[in-house]
Amino acid sequence: MSIIEINGLSKSYGSKTALDNIDIRLEKGQIVGLMGPNGSGKTTLIKILMGLLKADEGNISVAGAFPGVETKRITAYLPDKMTFPSYMTVKNLMDVYEDFYYDFDRSNALSMLEDLGIKENQKIKAMSKGTKEKVQLIMTMARKAQIYLLDEPIAGVDPAARDYILKTIIGNYNPEAVVIISTHLISDVESILDDVLFIKEGKVVLHESAEKIREEKGQSIDKLFREVFKC
Amino acid sequence: MEWTFVDGKPIYMQIVDILRDRVAGREYLPGEKIPSVREIAVEAGVNPNTVQKAFAELERQGLVYTDRTSGRFVTKDEAVLNKMYDELSSGYINELVTKLHNIGMTDNEIKDAVSRCIEKEKI
Repeated sequence: MSIIEINGLSKSYGSKTALDNIDIRLEKGQIVGLMGPNGSGKTTLIKILMGLLKADEGNISVAGAFPGVETKRITAYLPDKMTFPSYMTVKNLMDVYEDFYYDFDRSNALSMLEDLGIKENQKIKAMSKGTKEKVQLIMTMARKAQIYLLDEPIAGVDPAARDYILKTIIGNYNPEAVVIISTHLISDVESILDDVLFIKEGKVVLHESAEKIREEKGQSIDKLFREVFKC
Repeated sequence: MEWTFVDGKPIYMQIVDILRDRVAGREYLPGEKIPSVREIAVEAGVNPNTVQKAFAELERQGLVYTDRTSGRFVTKDEAVLNKMYDELSSGYINELVTKLHNIGMTDNEIKDAVSRCIEKEKI
């Protein structure tokens, strides 16, 4: 069975359709790029997989279960917005993560913090936007989860940190887990992807292996994206 | 050597090319252990499954072999290594000669130019 199975998923906000009858199957051991322009439905899809939003229609299975308490235990989620209380220090945050998640690996978090020069006693509110994002990503990746949902993990950080983050995702690769990365910074992430999902106006317009796109279409994912989503 | 990839060619094939160059350039010696999938993946910034596929291709060509317990090694088989050298060198030479023909050089001009270039390298 696939680790993520979505059949006939639809979701609307009032009269605005966010997702329109989507079918997706993802296998474990894959790093998947969820790509589409702003407002195409990426964040909605991730929030539904996380169990934060309810679908209007359709079946969703995350590791064999409907998104909820059980799936949240095995899902590491990086939201598109900062969610940490700003009065906390990095150390406080790690305490919270350790309490909440049985799969949080503190020593892994500490070594990533050290790599990026972030001190344990630093307060969230005293951090730059980029540093907050790095901390958020470290907390997410330091979990040994089965499903990683990363909503725009590299948008707000400098290119050097971007490389570090992508290498962190590769270094943490687990054949039993699936990693979903939503982004529109395609050229930065395309070399680390197995599969590419293009979402346009709430519909999946392409689900293909990244290497197959390079081989059959003879172009990069970035170029194909620019073609498919030409304004 | 840097890991840079061009558009429109599968990355696993580009990794195969780079690793073959490393073997040919004696960066990895015959019989020597090569880095693991994870090491190459992190170093090159590519998906581990893609590196795995590149290794499978190198194994198929007989250039590397897996020892179940201790990792992957460069072959010591002279015939396989010589075949690789021949393929690599004739590939580079064909590319050069085609390009020079395209800009209108004759065979003799190419030979002279290559000889002069080699002489210059010695100095």
